Amino acid sequence: MLSLNSVNWDPLLLTLKLAILTTVLLLLVAIPLGYWLAYSKTKLKPILTVLISMPLVLPPTVLGFYFLIAFSPNNAFGAWLDSVLGLRLVFSFGGLVIASMLYGLPFMIHPVLAGFKSLPPQYKEASKLMGRSRLDTLRQVLLPNMKPALMSGLVLTFAHTLGEFGVVLMIGGAIPEKTRVASIAIYEEVEKLNFGQAHLYSLVLFLISFVILFWVYTRGAKNWGGFGK
Amino acid sequence: MIKAHLHKTLKGPNGVMPLDVDIQFEQGSFNALFGPSGAGKTSTLRMLSGLLSPESGKITNHNEVWFDSEKSVNLAAGKRNIGYLFQDLALFPNMSIRQNLQYASGKNPNNALIAELLRLTELESLADQKPYVLSGGQAKRAALARALAQEPQLLLLDEPFTALDQKLRLEFQDHLLELHSRFGFSVILVSHDLPEVCKLAAHVWVLDNGSITRSGSPAIIFGLDRSDKQVTVLAQVIAKTATGLMVSANGQQFEIKTDHTNDKYGLGSWVPVGLPTDSATLLDNNE
Repeated sequence: MLSLNSVNWDPLLLTLKLAILTTVLLLLVAIPLGYWLAYSKTKLKPILTVLISMPLVLPPTVLGFYFLIAFSPNNAFGAWLDSVLGLRLVFSFGGLVIASMLYGLPFMIHPVLAGFKSLPPQYKEASKLMGRSRLDTLRQVLLPNMKPALMSGLVLTFAHTLGEFGVVLMIGGAIPEKTRVASIAIYEEVEKLNFGQAHLYSLVLFLISFVILFWVYTRGAKNWGGFGK
Repeated sequence: MIKAHLHKTLKGPNGVMPLDVDIQFEQGSFNALFGPSGAGKTSTLRMLSGLLSPESGKITNHNEVWFDSEKSVNLAAGKRNIGYLFQDLALFPNMSIRQNLQYASGKNPNNALIAELLRLTELESLADQKPYVLSGGQAKRAALARALAQEPQLLLLDEPFTALDQKLRLEFQDHLLELHSRFGFSVILVSHDLPEVCKLAAHVWVLDNGSITRSGSPAIIFGLDRSDKQVTVLAQVIAKTATGLMVSANGQQFEIKTDHTNDKYGLGSWVPVGLPTDSATLLDNNE
C-alpha cells in the first residue's frame, strides 16, 4: 500500500509549474499575435496561420527532435545561445518552457483570435475616432469584451500542457526535479512496475483535466470558435 | 469651413462605382447627405472621418489639411476631432453609460460636460447601467451623448433614426436639434428619409450613384422645382351620371366629368383620380 508520506510529489509540482508558466507566457504572446492576425492585411497571414496550427497535427516527437537539434550546443543556434546569452536549453527547464509554448500556441491563439474576430469592427473604429491609442483600445475596450475567449485560451493551454509527453521527453529527458514532469514519471513508474505511484500521478492528472474540460464545455464552449479567415 | 474633394472607386454589390464628392460647409451648420442605399453616403462619411482613405482628393478644415493625396498628407482619424454615431451605435458593453462617455471624453474626462449631456439626453437615472439594459431609443441617445462627450467640432450621423418608431424618432430629432443649438458643432446627417432631412438640415446634398446631383436648401431641392401639379387619389365609382361618374374617396363624394361611361368603369370599381395641387388649401381639423 502506498503511503502518502512516501510519495514523490516533485513530478506533479514540476508539471504545475511548467503549465502555469507556459500558460501565462503564452497569453502575453498570443494577445499581440492574435491582434495582428485579426487585423493585419499582410499576405503572410495564411503561412503564419498554418505554422501556428502545425502542432495540432504534427507528432510531438517531430517538434521535440527539431528543438533538440536547434538548441544543441553543437549547432550554430544552440552554440550562440550558450556563448552569448549563457542559455543551455537542451535538458533544462527553460528549454521545456520554450518547447511547451510553441507546442501549446494553437490552443491559446485560436480562442484569442476568435475573440478578436467576434468583436464588431466599430468598437475599434469608435475608440480610434475618440483619439485613443491602440494600447488604450486594446486594454480598455477589446480585451474586456472578450474575457470568455481569453479564459478559454488559458484553460485549454493549461490543460494541454499538463498532458505533454513527446516534446518534453525529447527536449528535457527525465531529469528529476528539473525536467521529469508527471506524464513522464507515470511512464517510468509503470516501466518499474511501480503501479501505486503511477496510479496516483494518473489520478491527479485525470481529475485536473476533467475539472478543466468540464468548465470549458459547460461555460466556455461557446467561445471556442473556429480559426476564421 | 470644411472643404472636401473625395474620389474613390467603391466595390459594391452592383459592381464597381466611382465615388466623386465635392462638398463644403461652414462651422456650426447642419447638413444632410441624402440618397438611396448604395449611393456612397456611408463611404463619404468614413472618408471624412479618416476611417477610409480616398484614392485621391483633399480635405481641409480652415487652414488645417486633413488629407491631401498630392502631398501624401493623411491626418489620423483620432486627430480630426470628429464625433461619429455608427448605425449600430457601438457602445462598449463592458462600460456603463457614464464610463462610455468618460472614455470618449479623454484621459482627463470633462465630468461637468458629461453630467450635462446625460441630463440633456434624459439618461441620468441610467448612467451607471450597462448598455444592454437600455431600450433602442435610450441606446441611440447614449451613443449620441458619447459622440458629443469628446467635444467634436463635427458630428457625423449615419442613418441614426432607423429602427426607431415614429414617436421615438421625433423625440430623438428634438434631442439632436437641442444639442446642436446648445453646442454649435457642425453636422452631416446621412439619411434617405425626406421629412427627416427637411426638418433637421439647412443644407442638403443629393448623392446618387457616387456623385452629388443637387445641392441646396431642402425646401429648394425637394420643394418648389419638384412640386407636382396634381396629386393622385384612388376613388370608388358609386354611380354613373349623364356627364360622367360619381365617385367616393376619403369618405367624400364628387363627380368626375368624363366621356367614358362604358362598362370599363363599373359600379364599385376603383379609379385613379388626379386632383390639381395649385388649388389645395389647408384644412383645420382641430375643431
